[in-house]
Amino acid sequence: MGTFAIETRGLKKSFGKTHAVAGVDLAVSAGGVYGVLGPNGAGKTTTIRMLATLLHPDAGEARVLGYDVVRDAQAVRSRVGLTGQFASVDEDLTGVENLLLLARLLGYSRRRGRERATDLLDAFGLAEAADRQVKKYSGGMRRRIDIAASLVVTPELIFLDEPTTGLDPRSRNQVWEIVRGMVAEGTTVLLTTQYLDEADQLADRIAVIDHGKVIAEGSSGELKASVGAGSLHVRLRAPEQRAEAEQVLAGVLEVRAEPSADPAALSARISDPERVARSLAELSRDGIDVTEFALGQPSLDEVFLTLTGHAAKETPEEDAA
Amino acid sequence: MNATSAEQASAPVTEDALRSVLLAGERPSRPGPVLTSLTFGWRALLKIKHLPEQLVDVTMFPIMFTLMFTYLFGGALAGSTQEYLQFLLPGILVQANVMITMNTGITLNTDIEKGVFDRFRSLPVWRPSPLVGALLGDLVRYSIGSAIVISLGLVLGFRPEGGAVGVVLSVVLLLLFSFCLSWLWTMLSLILRTPNSVAGVSMMVMFPLTFVSNIFVDPKTMPGWMQAVIEVNPITHLATVVRGLMHGSVPAGEIGWVLVSSVLLVAVFGPITMILYRNKK
Repeated sequence: MGTFAIETRGLKKSFGKTHAVAGVDLAVSAGGVYGVLGPNGAGKTTTIRMLATLLHPDAGEARVLGYDVVRDAQAVRSRVGLTGQFASVDEDLTGVENLLLLARLLGYSRRRGRERATDLLDAFGLAEAADRQVKKYSGGMRRRIDIAASLVVTPELIFLDEPTTGLDPRSRNQVWEIVRGMVAEGTTVLLTTQYLDEADQLADRIAVIDHGKVIAEGSSGELKASVGAGSLHVRLRAPEQRAEAEQVLAGVLEVRAEPSADPAALSARISDPERVARSLAELSRDGIDVTEFALGQPSLDEVFLTLTGHAAKETPEEDAA
Repeated sequence: MNATSAEQASAPVTEDALRSVLLAGERPSRPGPVLTSLTFGWRALLKIKHLPEQLVDVTMFPIMFTLMFTYLFGGALAGSTQEYLQFLLPGILVQANVMITMNTGITLNTDIEKGVFDRFRSLPVWRPSPLVGALLGDLVRYSIGSAIVISLGLVLGFRPEGGAVGVVLSVVLLLLFSFCLSWLWTMLSLILRTPNSVAGVSMMVMFPLTFVSNIFVDPKTMPGWMQAVIEVNPITHLATVVRGLMHGSVPAGEIGWVLVSSVLLVAVFGPITMILYRNKK
């Protein structure tokens, strides 16, 4: 061990009869963003809480930056930052008080701590809100002060637990910018998300987790490749020609074409994009008019569906806190 | 959420500024347990500053009790309100402080419910410091409560024969005992789920503990079994000590009792609290 920023083997945690984490193996390289993707209740938060030394694993082992999360918990704590899913600052205090509190706890002098707090608030666009109680912040500002609080001492690794859940698109983009900025400066980011497009946008590698287990791991491209190169969507002028078109497409693409809910449309997963042009030419030769066509990359939604056999929706158990 | 304030403060996050704060981050050496505990104590004071209404229990409650008991029962119990006040006031001081300690558990439980406790637990600081700090902050509350009770007493005609020294000494002992007793509440707050249940259970413990004692009346007139219960209640010994010191006698044996029970409270509930804290989900 030692070459990975995070390495876990057979990590397990149960709460009563719920196996929140049922044997997770991860190997996260230093640098970049590692995404842990899964629906609510998949075990993402529990995994992060074990890695951040807040929970003791029932079984298995985990090393963060080379330190065992149980035996060397204090060494882990001094090198990582954690931004939990819920507000992880004191709502009753002002922005600057929160950051100063953390700076003092981490060993800054009063004067240097105040400077650091001010610098962080400036960088996160919170200078004007510095002296306002955090409970009066908007959702996006809350998220930014949460993240700023994890950066009082620049961590080698930061855990972000669902950093954009519940944010409006603009605030979400700001958080994405922050994540990219941190990565550019060499911080390793492990983030959990239930949004497929977020993992797609940010993460270099993704672990898909469901029912406490990693069910797939790879780059976003690799995961997509596992369900094929993409899909061709075609819309016909005449719905009654759909059956005929289905046969033509199936003949050229060598895969089954699926009728869509729209009576004039159908789609087919493709393995070889070069055949798409030929299939369209074939349709026109047979007198089947095409009004629209689109070639789409498979979405991570499709990936999730293929991997788990169910859509990326919430499972009944709450993600055990 | 405040839309207008969000607008004002949503200056875009600039890449350069972000880079410079990330690069400028120093790695100061880790502070010791005393400094981190004091820093958490500072947090408790900041919360008083932002939420002064939380001082109601240390101000209104003791005033109410002093006035009520003095004038309701004084005449009947001691012949005159003035005479009863000399007996009651040290007792009320004890009761007020002991009652205020409950707040520790309720505050801690509220903290745990929110995410901020996760943040504290993920910091590389001496593990008990968030709890010790909260208790240190509470000492300020106890001091305020004590000052109010004593001032009110003096206005109503309480005359401590032990003078300023006796009063100060008794308050110091009270603060010590309250600090130690608070570990019972920190333990409870880590076991129970909501601040409300913490408040409920604390009340259930507090009421018998303070009333079944010699705070309000001399136990001599009570049945034997009741006297026996009162005799083992640490609050009784505490009240005896405070009363003694304030009126000029130094009950050495009783002081020993109070010190022993203080140490015992921390020795028992302190480690249990820390184990619960460490393993909190």
